[in-house]
Amino acid sequence: MTTIAPYRSPAAPGKDGFTQALRAELTKFRTVRGWIIGALVGVLAMAGVGLLASAGGQSTCQSASGNSNGQGSTSSGNCVGHSFALGPDGGPVSDSFYFVRQPLAGDGSITVRVTSLTGLLPSANSGGQSDNVPGVEAWAKAGLIIKENLSQGSAYAAIMVAADHGARMQWNYTGDTAGLPGTVGPANPRWLRLTRSGDVITGYDSADGTTWSQVGTATLAGLPSTAQVGLFAASPDDDQTSQSFGGGTSTTGGGPTQDTAVFDRLSTSGGWRAGPWAGQYVGSPEIPGVGGYHQSGGQFTLTGQGDIAPIPAGHGGPADAAATVSDYLIGTFAGLLAIVVVAALFVTAEYRRGLIRTTFAATPSRGRVLAAKSVVVAVAGFIAGLLGAAIAVLPGEAITRARGYYAFPVSAATEARVIVGTAILAAFASVLALAIGTIVRRSAATVATVIVVIVLPYFFAEASVLPLSAGNWLLRIMPAAGFALQQVYPEYHQVTMLYAPFSGYFPLAPWAGLAVLAAWTAAALALAAYLLRRRDA
Amino acid sequence: MSHALHAEWTKLRTTAGTWWLLLAAAALTIAVSAAAAGAFHCPPDGCTLRQTGADPAKIGFTGVDLGQIVIALLAVLAIGGEYGSGMIRLTLTAVPRRLTAFTAKALVTAAAALAASVLAVAGSALAGWLILPAKGLIAANGYLPLSLGNAADLRAAGGTVLYLTLIALLAFGVTTAVRDSAAGIGVVLGILLLLPIISAVIPDQALSRHLEQLSPMTAGLYIQVTEGVRQLPLTPWQGLGVTAAWAAGALILGATVLRLRDA
Repeated sequence: MTTIAPYRSPAAPGKDGFTQALRAELTKFRTVRGWIIGALVGVLAMAGVGLLASAGGQSTCQSASGNSNGQGSTSSGNCVGHSFALGPDGGPVSDSFYFVRQPLAGDGSITVRVTSLTGLLPSANSGGQSDNVPGVEAWAKAGLIIKENLSQGSAYAAIMVAADHGARMQWNYTGDTAGLPGTVGPANPRWLRLTRSGDVITGYDSADGTTWSQVGTATLAGLPSTAQVGLFAASPDDDQTSQSFGGGTSTTGGGPTQDTAVFDRLSTSGGWRAGPWAGQYVGSPEIPGVGGYHQSGGQFTLTGQGDIAPIPAGHGGPADAAATVSDYLIGTFAGLLAIVVVAALFVTAEYRRGLIRTTFAATPSRGRVLAAKSVVVAVAGFIAGLLGAAIAVLPGEAITRARGYYAFPVSAATEARVIVGTAILAAFASVLALAIGTIVRRSAATVATVIVVIVLPYFFAEASVLPLSAGNWLLRIMPAAGFALQQVYPEYHQVTMLYAPFSGYFPLAPWAGLAVLAAWTAAALALAAYLLRRRDA
Repeated sequence: MSHALHAEWTKLRTTAGTWWLLLAAAALTIAVSAAAAGAFHCPPDGCTLRQTGADPAKIGFTGVDLGQIVIALLAVLAIGGEYGSGMIRLTLTAVPRRLTAFTAKALVTAAAALAASVLAVAGSALAGWLILPAKGLIAANGYLPLSLGNAADLRAAGGTVLYLTLIALLAFGVTTAVRDSAAGIGVVLGILLLLPIISAVIPDQALSRHLEQLSPMTAGLYIQVTEGVRQLPLTPWQGLGVTAAWAAGALILGATVLRLRDA
């Protein structure tokens, strides 16, 4: 009786860890020509559409000198005949107001009482300038200001009353803190005080002139020892835009407004000794002739038009033709279409060709296969998104500048964040497509589903098919919330405008948007993993 | 030809997804249209046409934006499915004249899309007719109330049916050319969505207007506009003509590829 030993291969057993599965999936991905072509199409679409918009997006112009030559300059910004000033930090600003002022040297303090703030609004029906009705624009403002010089865009700090927003301290266009609330009127006057100590300006407010509270401080670096100090009044354009069904925005009201403020008990102290006051416009009023002041006894009455505020990106008006990072990235959704198709095919093609059975024979752990596939498409999506966004943004900006247009300023860190954010968006969209493909197992249905949840809400909001509120809700709850990663510019609550997705303002903060997209992706992956285990391949 | 038509009809009728997709197209269109009509509110300062700028027909047919994707999916699968499963070889063995097979399939697909569109548009019109007058979109406020009794709304409804059918033909032609359902739906949705988004964001008004005139979706949906027709870059029927031109181009491309290449 001899026992025959069973045959054992002398070869070492093959490894079947995650690395091997990953390597197998990577090999599949890179050896299917159509998928590589698809990913490249994604890059080209993302970059090409953006570059097309930068290269051909604006009307031709003869005399453009869009530059950003630093502090306090007034530059003609774009081609449509408007001009806007650049603030101390290089961003475009509105800076036009009526100023009753005198130069004051050294440190000191100025105090005044505001007893009334009234104004005129364009009538809702005329939309024009001729037919004004009494009323104050919500951000009409008047108060004390200390300003570097009289040119538009120079550094400043101001303490003021705003019609519907109480006492405020604002400085260098973007800074804003709230003081005492309430509407100013003869029965409810406001005392305001501005104190200079070197570069530091401090604003105070008071309801009675005896108990003072500090509203805020601002440091105006490099403020010359002699600065322009005085009273101001400004009233921004009335601009109530709303988005309606079926596309388009409608503007109701709209047009220049003006405000009139009454001051008394003007006094200076500390090192400042006031001489006679002189009134003039900084910038120029929209309607010639509006604005002025008269002084009777201790009472000053100022009428002004304009605003001292940042110009937000996408604001209709003076900086309308400025190119923004959101403009360069307009091709993102086109790139996503191609990337999503590739990611969906990465699993559905296996089902169609029957390769999935070979895959599971080689790697029996189905969760591991799904994980390996997810990693591969996420990396592919990330790379495609990164390339597409980088090619769209960096040359896009250069082209815009080379053609003489004004490129809305953005910090390098923000630009990098947006480019990487776009790559992350593409990576998550790819994994979502893969997960849905695993659930549905049909390529066309998968692609249609992913596009409906990611691209269509963006489309609805962007092309203003839906009203703003409905579109914004879709961008909060659908996976399309991930587009918030492309949010670039801050919203300025002190400037009234329609902060809408088509101007680059998404309803969620970038990381909140990513969280929504990630939650959807995780849910889809979990369902895919569950079904993959439960169902026959 | 009639045999080819019969064969294609049998295939479409007996494919599992067809009826679900047709139903989904109609149901989604009606649901979104009704939701849009329900979500409409006049601004607080008034409800006249000047104040809202609303177009009852356009609101009533909002769901077409979503429904067209399902219709396109139906057309993509009608031909893409054959390439996916290899059925196309059998089809071309049975009907060796490729143009005949192509035409028969296109006709059957268009007929199915037409049927779903009629259902979708009729349901949306009914929902709009029931909901919108209660929201203040009535003749007294200067609107053309949504009703199939007037010429403009009849044109909007009939034109929307034609639009959806043309989208089906566009998707059919494109997918025949690319011979893959996933790539087909990707390309079709790219064609539909790309131009409107670009024209919405570029600041150049003239270029934006030209892009709208070229876009199969934006121009085609002019057919739904009943208020402010004069401000449109094209007349409604010219707009639908743009969609028809895209569909014709896609069909010619598909037929050419089918004739010239191996299946």
